[in-house]
Amino acid sequence: MSRKLNLGMAVNEAIHIAMETDPDVILMGEDVAGGGDREGDGIDEMGGVLGTTKGLVKSFPDRVLDTPISEMGIVGTAVGAAATGMRPVVELMFVDFLGTCLDPLLNQAAKLRYMFGGKARIPLTVRTVSGAGMQAAAQHSQSLYWMTAGIPGLKTVIPSNPADAKGLLLASIRDDNPVIFCEAKLVLGATGEVPEGDYEVPIGKASLVREGGDVSLIGFGGTVAVCQRAAKKLAAEGIEADVLDLRSLQPLDEEAILTTLAKTGRVVVVDESTPRSSVASDVAALCVDQGFDSLETPVKRVTAPHSPVPFSRPLEQAYLPSPERVIEAVRSQG
Amino acid sequence: MRPTPIESNPGRSQNTGQNTGESSAMNLTREQLLDAYRKMRMIRAFEEKLGELVAAGKMGGFMHLYAGEEAVAVGVCAQLGQRDTVASTHRGHGHCIAKGVDVGAMMAELFGRASGTCKGKGGSMHIADVEKGMLGANGIVGAGIPLTTGAALTAKLKRSGGVAVAFFGDGATNQGAFHESLNMAANWKLPALYVVENNGFGEFTPTEFVVPVKDIAVRAGSYAMESAIADGMDFFDVYEKAGEALEHCRSGHGPVLLECKTYRFAGHFVGDPLVYRSKEEAEDWIQNRDPLDRFESHCVEAQLVDADDLRQIDHAVQEELEAAVEAAEAAPFPDLSEITTDVYYTPPGEGGAR
Repeated sequence: MSRKLNLGMAVNEAIHIAMETDPDVILMGEDVAGGGDREGDGIDEMGGVLGTTKGLVKSFPDRVLDTPISEMGIVGTAVGAAATGMRPVVELMFVDFLGTCLDPLLNQAAKLRYMFGGKARIPLTVRTVSGAGMQAAAQHSQSLYWMTAGIPGLKTVIPSNPADAKGLLLASIRDDNPVIFCEAKLVLGATGEVPEGDYEVPIGKASLVREGGDVSLIGFGGTVAVCQRAAKKLAAEGIEADVLDLRSLQPLDEEAILTTLAKTGRVVVVDESTPRSSVASDVAALCVDQGFDSLETPVKRVTAPHSPVPFSRPLEQAYLPSPERVIEAVRSQG
Repeated sequence: MRPTPIESNPGRSQNTGQNTGESSAMNLTREQLLDAYRKMRMIRAFEEKLGELVAAGKMGGFMHLYAGEEAVAVGVCAQLGQRDTVASTHRGHGHCIAKGVDVGAMMAELFGRASGTCKGKGGSMHIADVEKGMLGANGIVGAGIPLTTGAALTAKLKRSGGVAVAFFGDGATNQGAFHESLNMAANWKLPALYVVENNGFGEFTPTEFVVPVKDIAVRAGSYAMESAIADGMDFFDVYEKAGEALEHCRSGHGPVLLECKTYRFAGHFVGDPLVYRSKEEAEDWIQNRDPLDRFESHCVEAQLVDADDLRQIDHAVQEELEAAVEAAEAAPFPDLSEITTDVYYTPPGEGGAR
C-alpha cells in the first residue's frame, strides 16, 4: 500500500519509524519540537521551521530534544552521543549553517573512526535543507553537498522524491557512519506515492528513472525533475534520454554512471550547485577517466554559475539549471 | 526532552579556598596512594622519554607534553570507572595513562606502529581507547568539550550512572564550543565534569592577555552551573574537589566546571623555544610546586607511604617504559593497505564503502 505524501511528510514518517524501532534514536535540533509538549495552554508545537518534525515530540517526548541555536554545540554533542551508543538524528535547519558547525563534522564525526584505528562508530545523521528555489537568498539557499561529499568519512545523500526520501533516511539513520541527508528545496513540496511501512533505499545506489538510448541525463535531488522535463521535450524531437538519479553522492554509484554512458555514449550532468570542485565535475571526470572509449561527444555540465544565490525571483530562476539549458547542452553535443 | 527550570543562581558555590576539614583524599588507602603515584610517575617518565626520543630524531609528529600537570589527570581519573568517559586534548598522553590506556600500545602508536592504540593512524594528538572510555586526544582546541556533552547525554538517556569528563586548557574556554556545550549541559542537567587545566598560557600567549577574568571558573556562572577551583599542582586538592564534583554529577544535579591551576613544565610543543616566559617563573614552578614532589613529601611526612616504596615504583616505571620503547621500535609498521581502511564502518559480509 502507498499513499501520496510530500517529501517532508515522508521524512517525518521515516524518523517516526526509526524512533519506534530503535530506542537509541534521538532527534535533536533547533525547534524540532518547537515548544509543543506543553499541555493545556492552547499552544501547539512548530516541529521545525518547515514543520517537518511536527508530532514526533508527542510520540517520543524524551527523545526529541529542542536545542539552543548553537549549531556547533548541537552537532558536536550529537557526535559525542553517537560515539557512546546513541543514534542521533540532527536537524541542521539550512545547510548554509554548515559554517557554524563544520569542525564537529569535518574533524570529529568524519575522522574519529579512522584516527582511532577503526575502534569507533559514529551513527549520526544530519538532516539539512539544501539549495535554492524559495527566494531565501544567499545565506539560506546554497547547495553544499559537494563539500561534505568530498570529506572522507562522511556519506552524503540527496533524494529526489518522497518515496526515496523515506527509504534513504531510514538507511541513513541505521548506517553506522555519519550521513549528511540533504532535503532539496526544489522537491520539498513535491508529492509522490510513498509505500507504507518500514523499508530502506540502499545508500550508494543510483536509480535509472527513465530509459532511452540516445543520451544520459544525470541528476540528483532537485535536478532529477529538471532532467525529466528536458527528457520529455527531447522525446518530442525524437531524442530518447536515460535519466539517472544519483541519490547518493558519496558513496557514488560509479557503475551506474558508466553503465548508462556505455549505453548512450553521451552524458549531460545537471547539478544545482556551483561548478568548481563540484559533483558535476566529478561525474564528468569519471566519464573521461573510466568511460573514455564509450564517449561519442564531450561530457557537458549544467550547473549554477560561480556566484552566490541571488534573491530576486527572475535572477534565482535563471541561476538554477532549467530544462532549456539541459536541452541546449544536449544539442551542443551535436 | 524538556529541561528542568533552573533557579537563577549565578556563580554559586565558588569554592576558591584551600582544603578545609575532613578530606575524602585523606581516606585513600595505601594501595590507592601508590597507584596514584605510579600513574603520575608514569606520565612524567613517559613525557620525558618522548622528549628524548624526539630530540634523538627517533620519533616524529607534533608532540605536546603533559609534564607538570599530572595531579590533574590522576586526581580526577582515580575516581572514574569503566562507565565514565574522558575526552582529552592535544596534550593528551597524561589523560590516557590516567584513564588506564596501555602504555605499550601508546608508545607503539607514537612510533606509528601497527600495534599502536590506533594502529598507528592517530599518533600523539589522536590517541584513543574507546573501550576504556577514552574518547581521544584531540587536535582541535575545545573540540572534546561537545563530545563530552554528548557522552553525558548518552549517560543520562541510558541511565548508565556514568559521568563524562572533558579535560581542556584555558585556551579552549575562549571557543564557542565551550560556551555552547556548557549552556546545553546545564540546561539538560547532564552528568558532565568540565575540567579546565589552566596552565597560564594558551599556546604561547599568557592567559591574562586574552581572558578578562582572573578565574576561568566564573564562566560557569553564566550557565547557573556549579564550579570549583583546585590547586592543580596538588593531587589531594584535585582529588577532593573532583570527588565532590563527580558526586554532584552522579546524583543528577547537573554539570560542574572545575578549574585546576597548573603549569606546563615543558613548552607548548616539543621544540618550543620558550622565549615567551621567564626562566625564573618556570624554575619556581618546577622546583617548588612539582606535583610529584608535593605528593611525596605529603605522604612520607604523614607516614602514609615509605620513600622506598616510591623509589621502587620509579624503578619499575622506568623498566616498563624501556621495554615499551624496545617493543615499539621492533614492531612492524602498518601495511600500506591500511591507508584506506577504517574510513567507513562496513557491516561484516559487505564490501567496503570507498
